[in-house]
Amino acid sequence: MTAGSTYTPIATYTFSGQSSLTFSSIPNTYTDLILIISGSGAGVETMQLRFNGDSGSNYSYTRILGTGSSASSSQSSNQTAAIAGFMDNTQFVDIVQIMNYSNTTSYKIALTRMNVPSSGYVGAWVNLWRNTSAINTVYILPDSGGTFNNGKATLYGIASA
Amino acid sequence: MANPTMSLIASNTVGSGGVSSVTFSSIPATYTDLVLKLSMRGNYTGDLVTNPAITFNGSSTGYSEKLLWNSNNNSPSSASNSGSGFLFTWANGPSSTSNTFSNSEIYIPNYTSSNYKSMSSDSVNENNSSSNGLLSLDAGLWSNTAAITSITLTPLYGSFVQYSTFYLYGIASS
Repeated sequence: MTAGSTYTPIATYTFSGQSSLTFSSIPNTYTDLILIISGSGAGVETMQLRFNGDSGSNYSYTRILGTGSSASSSQSSNQTAAIAGFMDNTQFVDIVQIMNYSNTTSYKIALTRMNVPSSGYVGAWVNLWRNTSAINTVYILPDSGGTFNNGKATLYGIASA
Repeated sequence: MANPTMSLIASNTVGSGGVSSVTFSSIPATYTDLVLKLSMRGNYTGDLVTNPAITFNGSSTGYSEKLLWNSNNNSPSSASNSGSGFLFTWANGPSSTSNTFSNSEIYIPNYTSSNYKSMSSDSVNENNSSSNGLLSLDAGLWSNTAAITSITLTPLYGSFVQYSTFYLYGIASS
């Protein structure tokens, strides 16, 4: 049974040593986007998230992080990328929800849920991209030069009607 | 445009008398990821919240998890668990306000792969009290290379009560 017009796959990467992932030509026919990144990489790294090729200081985020023994939170303004989560060399899963991505009147919000249990991290980010353009490209880059080695990344479209 | 892929695999609504566990078995291998959506309440006397053990394929080994949570008016905290099941997805207990149930979602990617299995769990328990609320984010790893064919949720104590609901969905990436 299909549960309505939701979770339509737009594009998928099967990891094979990529140093970055780019989802381009994203159609504007959905309401929200969901990005699922799971598998293993070269080591523990933060994954940067950019939209439409923008590497300017137009991103900010607030984070809450757990290590299995302590919790912390932080806020960062005027960053050159948002955050798509962490990766490690065991099995991680990061889930990014990008709301109302195709509107041209408001700045864009992305919620990130990060799960890297083997390396001891669980957390969440709320990201803001200060741009009113519709998002047509999503770019993910490990910030220490690592690679995507064994797993998948899929961008899904979610339609509200 | 590709076809939408979120499909209901199975569901369970607990009837009168409650149940001591819920199992989804014979999960088809035709999807990429699994999603569990849960609304749960337990009956163990005195519990504000209770934690069902979540296990795969009937296995009682290989589970580890990291928890980030906030309860009541406290500062956020973090904890870890390694044991016979995932424990950090919470159900409301009988000491929470009547008619309140938890709201939880568990995402399990690549459930048929030959790698270890990761999972992401978000859970909330809210009942209009400054002393009973709970918000938790959980990252889990099952160190087993077998494809997941069954999922069981078993309260550590007591049973799930009537009107608890359990939905299992499959998501395909192509």
